[in-house]
Amino acid sequence: MTTAANTAVRPKAAPQTAFDVYKVRADFPILARKIQGKPLVYLDNAATTQKPQAVIDAIVRYYTAENSNIHRGVHTLSELATESYERSRVTVQRFLNAADPREIIFVRGATEGINLVAQTWGRTHVGRGDEILISAMEHHSNIVPWQILCEQQGANLRVAPVNDAGELLLDEFEKLLGPKTKLVAMAHVSNALGTVNPVRKIAEAARRFNARVLLDGAQAAPHMSLDVRAIDCDFYVFSGHKVYAPTGIGILYGKEELLEAMPPYQGGGDMISSVTFEKTLYNRLPYKFEAGTPHISGAIGLGAAIEYLNSIGIERIARHEKQVLAYGTKRLLEIPGLRLIGTAREKEGILSFVLEGIHPHDVGTVLDQGGIAIRTGHHCAQPLMERFGVPATARASLALYNTMEEMDALASGLQKVREVFA
Amino acid sequence: MPDLRDLYQDVILEHSKRPRNYRTLEAANCTAEGFNPLCGDHFTIYVQVGDGQIRDISFQGSGCAISKASASMMTQAVKGKRTEEAEELFQKFHHVVTGKNGVESNELGKLAAFAGVSEYPVRVKCATLAWHALRAALQGEQHAVSTE
Repeated sequence: MTTAANTAVRPKAAPQTAFDVYKVRADFPILARKIQGKPLVYLDNAATTQKPQAVIDAIVRYYTAENSNIHRGVHTLSELATESYERSRVTVQRFLNAADPREIIFVRGATEGINLVAQTWGRTHVGRGDEILISAMEHHSNIVPWQILCEQQGANLRVAPVNDAGELLLDEFEKLLGPKTKLVAMAHVSNALGTVNPVRKIAEAARRFNARVLLDGAQAAPHMSLDVRAIDCDFYVFSGHKVYAPTGIGILYGKEELLEAMPPYQGGGDMISSVTFEKTLYNRLPYKFEAGTPHISGAIGLGAAIEYLNSIGIERIARHEKQVLAYGTKRLLEIPGLRLIGTAREKEGILSFVLEGIHPHDVGTVLDQGGIAIRTGHHCAQPLMERFGVPATARASLALYNTMEEMDALASGLQKVREVFA
Repeated sequence: MPDLRDLYQDVILEHSKRPRNYRTLEAANCTAEGFNPLCGDHFTIYVQVGDGQIRDISFQGSGCAISKASASMMTQAVKGKRTEEAEELFQKFHHVVTGKNGVESNELGKLAAFAGVSEYPVRVKCATLAWHALRAALQGEQHAVSTE
């Protein structure tokens, strides 16, 4: 065999080449802009990520060349739009390693996915005295829908505690499981702390009590390769805009037999197979859960975003983000009076912190003057803030385009904050 | 481009570190809570009113430098004033922090230090939180007020 032949068959995507963060940055037009006269240092990725040109182009292409309603017309444009929309569904199916595209439901975001499960599966499977088990690190979107359901059904919400590092106490969690537990609903990765939960163990433990498992993957999907079948969860949700896709689109994955048995969420067009005033037959999966004209361009943008991530390789992204996180953690811990909130051993790119004697809101304003965008507040996790005895934190959250230099900029920005409030 | 020193003036930083009238008030006959759910700022304002006059006023709670300094300086500014004078002062203060014309900063005295807030629209609610709570206390509101 000749060298030339070897070269010819080597895949062009070349995952063996080094991750070039500066090349990646060039894919995101917004990163070139200045804020307050300074280069933008965008560290609010857990709130929403910036969009690569490939995603922007996919949306523009749809509206420029394919705009039409899906699953309806016999005309060419409608066929093209339907094809693009359904191709995205398959892209998402592969991204999650789901068994079938029918298990992929397009929703508005993780929040809507959770509410859908609560109001369809929940109202038919959770009864008086039953229990839903969540953790102390949940986002409000994985607390409130269950509170609403519990109130409707006379069920009870139980909360598994976390330790001082922000890790789930697995023993305590298992003690809370019982024959009354109908569902375990948990974050795959905590939005406020970055903690990665041991989802396989959680699912395995829940299975012993025949409890179903819903995972909120909003903060996991951008950072790690996912496999819903290996985790063996029943439902998995995530939001497009946190994986470099547009806002207003998200995914609910559900095991087919569960989705089949669930009543519809909303009634309307596209979710029916026939309607008379006496009786309506619902459409097959996944359309049963997609009433009305969906966010077609959003779904197409989500497909483009996942393809973009695949072209770089999610493992390489994860490796890069881990390096930046480790360096950022080190730089932040050098700052006197800084306390990191969330120090789990298994952690994604989130640096949540408080500076002694300085309110996070003031930290955020001073950093913004230096072009550095972070989030300050309770991060929609008020019970968690209470657990750590802080009203709010400042949070820097990473994406694939963040650099070591940006961690330096954050550290210098925080030194400036300390000077202003010295 | 707004300068940070316009927002965090020395007098504001000083009050945020050493807030005045920062205590509960036993003799209070009007109290109200001010709560900003977005950033977690939370203050309680205690007022002792007699014959339409603010005899004494204090506050407690936690929040950012702007909200805390504003609460502190507000207590100094309205102490001894008639309730309608306090309301009038709030309206002028509101004009200044939202960058509206028509109020001379000398009408506000020390409170004019908050004029820089108008360059930071998201911080207006921080500067006005204590004032909203004061108004609620004087009007006998039962619920916590929110600037969200």
